[in-house]
Amino acid sequence: MNIFVCVKQVPDTETKIQPNGDGTFIETSSIKWIMNPYDEFAVEQALLTKAANAGSTVTVVRVGGVKDTEALRTALAMGADDAILVEAEDNLDSYSIAKALKGGIEKSANRPDLILCGKQAIDDDCLQVPQILAEMMDLPSVAVIVGFEQNGDIVTVKREVEGGALEVYEVKTPCVLATNKGINTPRYASLPGIMKAKRKPLQQLTLADVGVSADDRRVKYSNFALPPEKPAGKKFDAMDEAAAAGIVAEVVGLLRNEAKVI
Amino acid sequence: MAKVLVYTELNKGNVKPVTLEILGKLVGQEVEVAVIGDLGDDQVKVLGEYGAAKVHKLKGDNLDKYSPEGYSNALKAFIASGAYDYVFAGATSAGKDFIPRLAAKFEAGVASDCVNFLFEGDAFAGTRPLFAGKCLAKVELQGPKPHFVTVRPNALGMPESTTAGAGAASESEVQAGEIRAAIKEIVAAASEKVDLTEANIIVSGGRAMKNPENFKILNDLADVIGATVGASRAAVDSGYAAPDMQVGQTGKTVSPSLYIACGISGAIQHLAGMRTSKVIVAINTDPDAPIFTKADYGIVGDLYKIVPLLQEEFKKILA
Repeated sequence: MNIFVCVKQVPDTETKIQPNGDGTFIETSSIKWIMNPYDEFAVEQALLTKAANAGSTVTVVRVGGVKDTEALRTALAMGADDAILVEAEDNLDSYSIAKALKGGIEKSANRPDLILCGKQAIDDDCLQVPQILAEMMDLPSVAVIVGFEQNGDIVTVKREVEGGALEVYEVKTPCVLATNKGINTPRYASLPGIMKAKRKPLQQLTLADVGVSADDRRVKYSNFALPPEKPAGKKFDAMDEAAAAGIVAEVVGLLRNEAKVI
Repeated sequence: MAKVLVYTELNKGNVKPVTLEILGKLVGQEVEVAVIGDLGDDQVKVLGEYGAAKVHKLKGDNLDKYSPEGYSNALKAFIASGAYDYVFAGATSAGKDFIPRLAAKFEAGVASDCVNFLFEGDAFAGTRPLFAGKCLAKVELQGPKPHFVTVRPNALGMPESTTAGAGAASESEVQAGEIRAAIKEIVAAASEKVDLTEANIIVSGGRAMKNPENFKILNDLADVIGATVGASRAAVDSGYAAPDMQVGQTGKTVSPSLYIACGISGAIQHLAGMRTSKVIVAINTDPDAPIFTKADYGIVGDLYKIVPLLQEEFKKILA
């Protein structure tokens, strides 16, 4: 099987976000970049699928800045075979990214049998790219999957919806699947894996190479700002067990009469 | 005036509350509602009272169950015939799934998961959180129309009914087309509780829960106040709670009226996922835990003592 995994590079979850000077994006100069956490599940699922299908290849594709290539190096070190990097600014919108991913995948000599993505990127949180990519490539898609079973060219996947219910889909490959936490446990890159990754092929393309221009932008952002800080709340010391009951009664009273949420 | 179609999802035959939230913000525009399937006269009337001039029931084969392809194909043809400027939907599981696919059929853009919006003349301007709510930005759409917008449930707030629209219902025949990814079975959730993203009250447990069994005291409290139980990443990664319970940047982003954080220290990625809760109560033995900086009411104490006391007190006032 020819398996493609789309990954994004995002600021680490512990990053303190600051808007940039003109409010068009965030300050990126001192950010620690990581592979989008949901994409790690996609890479892992690709590697598990490769292991179950002799002769398979795993190609990772990324659209984004080239100053730091942590996400691709991580995927290659985990075991992906080769990588395609489409150079772009880090705040491209979902439509442009999906179009660039399609273009990148089509530059490969392999025709995709399976395309895996994380269900969302934790930077812009749009949850759009897998579905747009599927539509652009005229493929079926199932997003937010927490279960995957393959039987020849039929895959059975479990999609998580509201309240933890699961929709079980049957879909024929080729298809696009977007992974959620819970589907697998991503492996850590081993030291030999990290060494090997340095020699794996990486094809670098420009947005023009994959047919994407500024006209493809659909979503425009401005006025990036930090959310308003809440005024300081009330704090009660209930470490002394004798006082605890009284304090809890007081807080419950405040929830009812002051905050009016109960 | 912009011509707007609001797609509504149904929950046991009723329109989802997020639809009414959206309608409340669209007063002044030319607004119609579309639903896939059937809708009772009482629900059509409600939509009219909140401003829908027309309600379209879309019917066709293979649309009894959700599918991303079936739903986007069915709506594509209907929308194309109506010359809509905007299409709105709730940012629900289904909305988040098929709206991007539907928009791509028009080569159009989607503003996802907006928490507020207004119209500047005929042009949409929304506000949406990015980086799990660590910052907010203004979002605008450009390129081919219609433009698509999904709105986060619970964010706009429930409007007053206006009795403005006529709410006349009509039926249209639509085609689901080829469905290559189809649901063959639905596995019901273990609990009947509302989803974290739609919950009005959430009780969440962190690393201090120590094991899955201890979540019982949170479940007991939740039962008394009608809450859904959540968890921090630390609790999920330690195996104390299921992944679908996780609140935070790599879990669910929530904005209930009341969020009770039990034994959660308040890592930046957790705060990002729950900071828009209207009222936050934090219980933690560490008086310096970062969660207290976001709490409206902080209780420095042992959750194993405090949570049962809370349950008792709530029982008293709710009796």
